[in-house]
Amino acid sequence: MSNVLLRTEGVNKSYGGVRALDMCTIEVAEGTVAGLIGPNGSGKTTLFNVITGYAKADAGEVYLADRRITNSAPDKVFALGIGRTFQLTRIFPSLTVMENMLVASRHSRTGARRQAMDQLEFVGIAGHHAELAGTLSYGQRKLLELAYVLVADPAIVLLDEPAGGVNLSLVNHIAARIRELNAAGKTFLIVEHNMEFVMGLCAEITVLDSGTVVAAGPPDIVRTDRRVLDAYLGEDIVDEPGPVDPAEDA
Amino acid sequence: MSESPGAGLRGRSRLGGPDIVRIAFLVALLAVALAFPVLFPSPVATNYGVFTLVFVAVASAWNVFSGFSGYISLGHAVFFGSGAYALGIAARDWHVTGVATFGLLPLSAAVGALIAVPFGLIALRVRRHTFIVITIAVFFIFQLMAYNFSFTGGSTGVDAPFLPWPAATYNNPFYYISLGCAVGMIALAWLIRRSRFGLQLRAIRDDEDRARGLGVHAMRVKLTAFVISAAVTGLVGAVWFFYLTQVQPPSGFDPLFDLSVVLMAFLGGLGTVAGPVLGALIIEPGQLYLTVTFTNGYFSEILLGALFLVAVLLVPRGIIPTGGEYLRRLTTRGRSAIPAANPASQSAPASTGPRSDEGAMREGGASKGARRRAGKAL
Repeated sequence: MSNVLLRTEGVNKSYGGVRALDMCTIEVAEGTVAGLIGPNGSGKTTLFNVITGYAKADAGEVYLADRRITNSAPDKVFALGIGRTFQLTRIFPSLTVMENMLVASRHSRTGARRQAMDQLEFVGIAGHHAELAGTLSYGQRKLLELAYVLVADPAIVLLDEPAGGVNLSLVNHIAARIRELNAAGKTFLIVEHNMEFVMGLCAEITVLDSGTVVAAGPPDIVRTDRRVLDAYLGEDIVDEPGPVDPAEDA
Repeated sequence: MSESPGAGLRGRSRLGGPDIVRIAFLVALLAVALAFPVLFPSPVATNYGVFTLVFVAVASAWNVFSGFSGYISLGHAVFFGSGAYALGIAARDWHVTGVATFGLLPLSAAVGALIAVPFGLIALRVRRHTFIVITIAVFFIFQLMAYNFSFTGGSTGVDAPFLPWPAATYNNPFYYISLGCAVGMIALAWLIRRSRFGLQLRAIRDDEDRARGLGVHAMRVKLTAFVISAAVTGLVGAVWFFYLTQVQPPSGFDPLFDLSVVLMAFLGGLGTVAGPVLGALIIEPGQLYLTVTFTNGYFSEILLGALFLVAVLLVPRGIIPTGGEYLRRLTTRGRSAIPAANPASQSAPASTGPRSDEGAMREGGASKGARRRAGKAL
């Protein structure tokens, strides 16, 4: 069995009276692409926030390899080797694309520029390196965010909806880049609603519902799991199939 | 003093034509500044020069923190006044007289820096409006202390040691010291903007939380910039005090000081190196001229406020960024600003393109239809 690189144990997180995470336990094996899915409000992004230090866990632990990183500050979490992207891309709009890359770089000036340019070429936006990041399209911003997280060579990359709101060719482009990186040994944990994207990329999938893990395993197992279907479709829909919109069947 | 996108953290490269022109312009500007007391030996002219250079240095120092990081401080008069008082009190209590008093200038810088540490550790925990309010509150605390402590001389303030210099050339040494402060501060601002530290400050200005998530020690970076800015402001405050020969609570801790400095930076271009310098070169002589010309003491303040409004309306980003943008538009007219050569270029901006089902699930609260479609995909 592969080594576990990232692990959460019994993480609880509440916002006021709403329990966003409830005894949430997940594991991500080193060198894999893992998926984290669940309906809206199931706690996926909250779990990302807890792992990366943007939100403090009320209870439970987070480990990177065997190191406890629970409630560490975001800069420390990043330095330890966890990079992440955000659901709505967060770049530095008044900095150039190259400067965005250099914010995260740990290399010396010359080495940093060379490595940043390599990453920009890898994701396909090297031609924009001198442009202000604020002038990029949404899809380009997604790629920039992926690139500048990679520039620091984190042990694991958490991607929050990398395929959200971008066109099909770009979705395929992003998936191809993730596959290449994974083939080179990079570990990923991906939150995504695009099931085709997730099922095609991930070796292991964890399903969250109401802040709790309801299923975990390979895609073939997860997709037929009754609890997963309940979480996505709602028990009422599964039990009593209602009238289906013909347009959706088309 | 490049202000173009990508000016920071440039790789090593040969000097191009525009760089040579820029350097030649700066050398000529420096030569004019050095020759100014010779060209215009009148004390009235050099008086203008001293005050203008004092504000060039202070506006530039303020900009290194507030302009680069986006944390707008309205409490820099704390450092200015404290630097002034530090020099006066040290000279008085340690019986330092004459030219030797200039040797106390580093002390004023140190006092500014020392005050900035606890001030920053408290104020920099909050952002935006709350930060501004805290800086104003600290400012008034210092003004009140200056009024009420005995060692500050209360409302009568502190006098500077006497300098037995002839009246005709009295201003000249202060002019050159102020010029040294201004040039040094501009050079420091230029170096900071090009450095990794400056890049981190500008990243904090854009999105502090995101910067932290990329390994930027935000508090350390902000505090360092705050302390550097405070040290220079304290130093320049001491020069200003020694030149004026006295400081009192309302002059040392003057709320209009901060408004003037902010206006200089805004007018020239917040976060640029040249912007605050240009703003100070426009506003300070103008303000002095109006104060001297019009007997109504409030006229210059009224005009200052009006200028602020006009600047916000006409050049909200400041003269330097707006002028640079205008020049770029002229030079790129008829050409696409952004090349399109890869799959990423083909994606439409999120705001203009139709939302995908995934987007609808994400933003619309998982409608039953969207949930059903996701279930089907499963």
